[in-house]
Formats: sequence, C-alpha cells, structure tokens
Amino acid sequence: MSPSVQQQIVISGVGGQGVLFVTRLLAEAAIARGLPVLTSETHGMAQRGGSVVSHLKVGAYSSPLIRSGCGDGLLGLKAESLELHGHFIRPDGWRVVNQAGTGDGAAHVDADAAAARIDNPRAVNLVVLGFALARLSGGDAAVNRLFCDRDDIARVLEVRLAERPEMLAASRRALDAGYAIGAA
Amino acid sequence: MVERKLLLGNEAIARGLIENGCAMATSYPGTPASEILAAVAHFQRVHRLSMHTQWAVNEKVALEIAYAGAQAGLRTAVVMKQVGLNVASDPLMSAAYMGTCGGFVVISADDPGPHSSQTEQDSRMMAMMAKIPVLDPESPRQARDMIAQAFDLSEVHAIPVMLRPTTRVCHARQDVDLRTPTVLDRPAAFEKDPARWAATPKFRQQLHHELEAKLAAIAQFEATAPQRLNLEADGRRAVVVSGVASAHTREIVQSMGLWKQLPLYQVLQPYPLHQTFINHLREAYTDVLVIEETTGVIEMQVADRDRVQGKLAGRVPAVGELTPEVIARVLARFVGRPVNDVAPPVVPGRRPTLCAGCPHRASFFAIKKAARKAIYTSDIGCYTLGLNLGAVDTVLCMGAAISQAAGFYHAYKHAPQRPDIVATIGDSTFFHAGLPALVDAVNQDVRFVLVILDNRTTAMTGNQPTPATGLGAGGEVLQAVDIETAVRGCGIDYVRIADPYRTDELIAVLKAAVTHSRETGPAVVISRYPCVLDKRQAGARTEGAVPVITDECDGCGYCVQQFECPAIALDEAESRARIDKVLCSGCGVCLHVCPKESIQPLP
Repeated sequence: MSPSVQQQIVISGVGGQGVLFVTRLLAEAAIARGLPVLTSETHGMAQRGGSVVSHLKVGAYSSPLIRSGCGDGLLGLKAESLELHGHFIRPDGWRVVNQAGTGDGAAHVDADAAAARIDNPRAVNLVVLGFALARLSGGDAAVNRLFCDRDDIARVLEVRLAERPEMLAASRRALDAGYAIGAA
Repeated sequence: MVERKLLLGNEAIARGLIENGCAMATSYPGTPASEILAAVAHFQRVHRLSMHTQWAVNEKVALEIAYAGAQAGLRTAVVMKQVGLNVASDPLMSAAYMGTCGGFVVISADDPGPHSSQTEQDSRMMAMMAKIPVLDPESPRQARDMIAQAFDLSEVHAIPVMLRPTTRVCHARQDVDLRTPTVLDRPAAFEKDPARWAATPKFRQQLHHELEAKLAAIAQFEATAPQRLNLEADGRRAVVVSGVASAHTREIVQSMGLWKQLPLYQVLQPYPLHQTFINHLREAYTDVLVIEETTGVIEMQVADRDRVQGKLAGRVPAVGELTPEVIARVLARFVGRPVNDVAPPVVPGRRPTLCAGCPHRASFFAIKKAARKAIYTSDIGCYTLGLNLGAVDTVLCMGAAISQAAGFYHAYKHAPQRPDIVATIGDSTFFHAGLPALVDAVNQDVRFVLVILDNRTTAMTGNQPTPATGLGAGGEVLQAVDIETAVRGCGIDYVRIADPYRTDELIAVLKAAVTHSRETGPAVVISRYPCVLDKRQAGARTEGAVPVITDECDGCGYCVQQFECPAIALDEAESRARIDKVLCSGCGVCLHVCPKESIQPLP
C-alpha cells in the first residue's frame, strides 16, 4: 500500500443509523493497512435522532476535521445527507447516497429497500458501505478512490463481532447485498 | 512491534491515566467527557489494576474524593465536562491554595460550538481563576502524553494541574501506540498538617504567597514550554495556536503554502504562559495572531496589546467553534490574502428527539394532560427534549428544575391566581443537585409537583449507572440508594410511583398530585420505566406489539404534533398518519394519544 494515501471522507446520517459504526470500520481498516487515521464524531444529544456527521481522514493529517470543499467522498445514509454535508466534498469528489432514483451527481442506492429485502432494516449503513466499496475500491488508492476494499472491511467485522456470530453473519449479508448492487 | 490501536480521544486520556500510575479516578458523566472514566474502568479490568474508579454523585463530590487521594500521596484524577467544573469550583479554588502531595489532575472537557452543552465557557479561565496550570491538547495522542506531563508538573510543584481537552479531541479517534500500564508502589500515607490541610484565613495568606511562587516557577517549566512547529519559517509576523486549533492551523498553513513564511508556535500550557515566550514574541515579531478556543487566555497574557491579534482584539470570532473554515478566513486576513472558501449551506438539519418508546415522552404527554396551563420547569438530560413537546419551559442547570419551581412559586405567592407548577428532573440529576433543592422546597412549603423521570440510568451520556442502580463504573455491585426513601428523607409526605407506559393511570396520579399541591403541600411523582437504550435493563422492559392506524385516521396531525414519536409520520399525500414498523418499539403509549381513537392495538 502506498504511504502517500491521503483521503478525506464524510459519513452523514441520523442518530441511531450507525454512522459511528461505519466510521469505525473504515478507520480500523486503515490501521490494518498501516495507514495513519484521524476521525471526528458526533456524540451527545444529536445522537437522539438528530443529524450526525463523522469525518474520516486517512493519511498524514493533523486536524480531525475536513474543510468545506476539500473532502474526497461522501457516504450519505439519508437522502438529505447530500444537501446537509455535500459542501464538504470537492467538485470532482465522489458521493454515495442512500436514496431511490438518480441524478444530482451522486451515486444512488436504495439501501432502505435493500436492507428490508434481507430482513435487516437496521443495516442500511452496511448496505451503503458495501455499495461504495463495489463502486470505489480497487484501482489506485492514491487517486482518491476508497483506500480499502470489501475484504478489509470483512476482516474488521470478523474481529469486532467475533463473539457475536449471528450479528457477524447478518452484517456480512448486508455488506454483500450493498456490494452486489454496486457491482451490478 | 508497538501495538497501535484506534482510540477515541477520551480513551487515550484514560490510557494516559493508567499508563502513569493513577490510583484513583472519579467522575460525573457529561458530554464530551463521559467516555473517559468508563475507559479507565475498562483498562482497570483488562489489566487487573488495583485502583479506585467511580462515578460520583456530582462533580464537587468527585473532585473532593480524588483530591483526598492526592493529599494521601497517590496519583489521582477527576474528570468532568466544563459546566461540571462550575459545580466543582468550590473545592478546586481551595485545593489550589493547599496544593497536593501526589499528582492531582483535573480533567475538564470544553465544548466549543456548543454541541451538547449550555455554554461555550473556557475551563482555562477557571484554571486562571484558581491559579493552577492548564494543559491544552490538540489530539488524542497528545492528550495521552499530556497526562504524564500533568502528573509530573503536579508533583514537582505540589499543585493541582488541569487538562483541558475540547470536543474535537475527546471525540476524535486516532491510531495510538499503547504503553504498559503502571501501578506505582506507593501506599496511601496521609501526613497530618492542620496549618495546611485545615488552614484558617491567617494561614491562607501564606498559602497564597506560596501559590504565586509556584506559578512563577511553572511559567519557566521547560517540559511544557511552547513549541516552534516550523523552524524553517522566517518572518516578522507569527501565529500562536493551542488545542485543536493547532491541529487545524498546521494543515491550513501548509495548504496556503505559508509553512516556510509564517512562524507557528504551539502553546501546550496556556496558563501560566511561559515568561521567556512572552518576551520572545515581543522581541521577534511585529504582529502576533493567536488562535485558541474559546476565550483569549493566551492572548491576554501577551502583554503588548498593539502587537497581538486574537479574540479580545476582535480578529478571531469570539463565539462558536474555530472550525477549519473559520481559521482559514482568519489566516487569510492576517496575511492579506483574499478569502475564498466554500460557504456551508444554511440547512437546519434534523433536530434531536426522544427515542421511539422513550418513557419520558409518555410522562410529558401525561403531564400536559394533567396540568395543561402549568409552568413546566425542567432540567439537564434527555428529557430536556420535552421542549419539543411543549412540556418544558425552563432549563437552567443541573438541579434547577426544583429550585426554579420554588422561585416561580414565591414569585406568584401573592398573585390573585397562582399557576400550577410541574417540575421534571431525571433520576441521575435528582441525586446530582436536586436533593438540597428539595429539602429547601419542603422547608419553604413550595406548592408544586415534582416528577422524577426515573429511567434507572444516566441516559443522555451513555447509560452510566446512578446511585439507585447499585452498580459501579466497572459493573461491580454497590449499595443502591432508593429514590423514594431519599424523597421521604427530604421531608416529602406525598410520594406516588407510576408507570408511564400505563399512561391513563399516570395521568390520574398526576391530577391527584396537582390537587394536593394546590391544597396541601409539595407532591412528588416518580414516573418509573427503564430507558429503551439501556442494554443492562433489557429484561425489565415489557415486550409490546406495533399498533395499527385505522382507516378512520383523517390526518389531523395531533399525534405528530403532541407526541412527536419518531415512529409516527404524517403521510401528507394520503392525509393520514403512518407507523414505521422498524422504529416502533411497541410501547403502546400512542394508543392513548389519538383523540379519534384511530390508533388501535394489532387485532
């Protein structure tokens, strides 16, 4: 892995959706690849159903926050994520949003429907992540696609959920469901 | 190979404590500091460290417990959020005079923004008022390292030392190299010295002299002196940064291509500012920009007012968080460049709300039914969100629901029509600062209803135990304190306990309590049901079923406006309410809400 990886990713959603969990998976994947990582998270009152946002910076950074217009990519777990936090992303950056339909320069995935199909409606976060991994991993990470791939995330899940095999299996299914949509 | 682990800033601080021989750690939870003590308890368990770790009833008590440990020669720490430091300020001011034997670290986390606090106050000002040194970390890693410096500084100068992280340090995650936990071979050994430990005013002046001498020495303490970040830079204008503003500024100066032109200094110890550094700034530079949160603490110590630009000089915004965007604008102006930044959109976002199935929502609905025109005083916790429901009129600080109820009662005492007054307070907040206020209310015969929203946990900050839980920070069994007994001990005769999920019964109980408060005296209702987020209490909750909305629903919106459950939404196109089966907890409280009885149990 090239040590010159520099990626700034915004993860946006609503308290309770698992924004922190996705941020954590990506950060652990970075560490496993030997990359320095910094994140910034929303805690406290906003976690009660309010808008929440995480910043994830992989590479040689000192600040935990992403500056407006400098982010490389956005993972939006809600349709409104783009409107709320799209300003963080540079014009040629990537945007993956949980929303039916197409348009507005973002890659759309109807993660609510996909999660319902696998009977795990709370796994929207992993469906969106799986979709993004299918679309953005592989290739040259230094050109600011995603720095990690599905195998990295699967390994992190295995460690994190080692003692909860049922949840691990369900999480894997959600990740793969999103991946399949993205790869299609 | 060194083990690198992803640590939350608060976990890194906890790591610093156990890696440096901390023998006692106490805290009261509060965002953004809540995870520190839980992480200490976690490391204590994992590494089997012999130490005392506890959630205290409030920050004042927490500080006094930890301070006594330091008086006995141990390394100890007390942890809180910035407004908690207000509560603990009484012992802090005095402890500064008396000093310490073992290292004593006061960790007070600030919340510029504010994101989850009543104020943006700067704990470093409190350190200045107490006359103790304060360290200001920029990252989880530096916060961990500063714990070692803080213990060192505290023991060398026999003085309490403050560590002041901010939200962006506490709730950042970073890869941190783990070091070995340390247990010092240092038994508790309190040496009696009444002239110091119980000093009367006459001796206090002597202690104050000693404190000033300590501060003068600390302003020359080499290990915490400001650091020059870019030795290669050369110029007559310099930038001084501290805390997370330092982390932001480094990146921005580099992206502006100014790394070799703009000398950058990071202050590790904002108070007392090192004297040689103050002299150096005056001699070397014509202009000095200071970027710090949230008050101009460093700025005010740089004596030459003509040279220094910062918050006090109006060059850095006095209000709000210093985000990278704000710092980029300030820096651009300082070097005379045009400001070109993407302006964030003005989109309000989603406001927080009580969870689906939250027992507080049911309590608030019942309170509105039982005392429609009452003054509703409330308090700090999840239930502050009762303001969305129109059932919270005031929120001042911890415990004020009860004393403000008293204040309104006295204010209206001679008015021709006295309003009903209903105060709401959580179980943890009741123990924290409600008890003395309730004694006062009994003593003054305040006619009000106090509803203790007893969800058996400190919910907002992450479900820490309360004194009623009977469990410690590490899950160990403790002596539980019963709320009803405590209420009766305060002198209250009229106490009723009700289940908010049995909403009709709660409404009846509240109506009777309101009548009692009008005619006889203060009344207390304990509305008791476990928090839906508290995994520890999962077994104590009843399983419910998702109700249905019948075709009689005409979309009037009463349930959405008056009840605001995240699981009920209005389908405007079809002009009816709908239940989100994923979010619904099946609590069944909404069955009591619809005035047209269009919400029904599953047939």
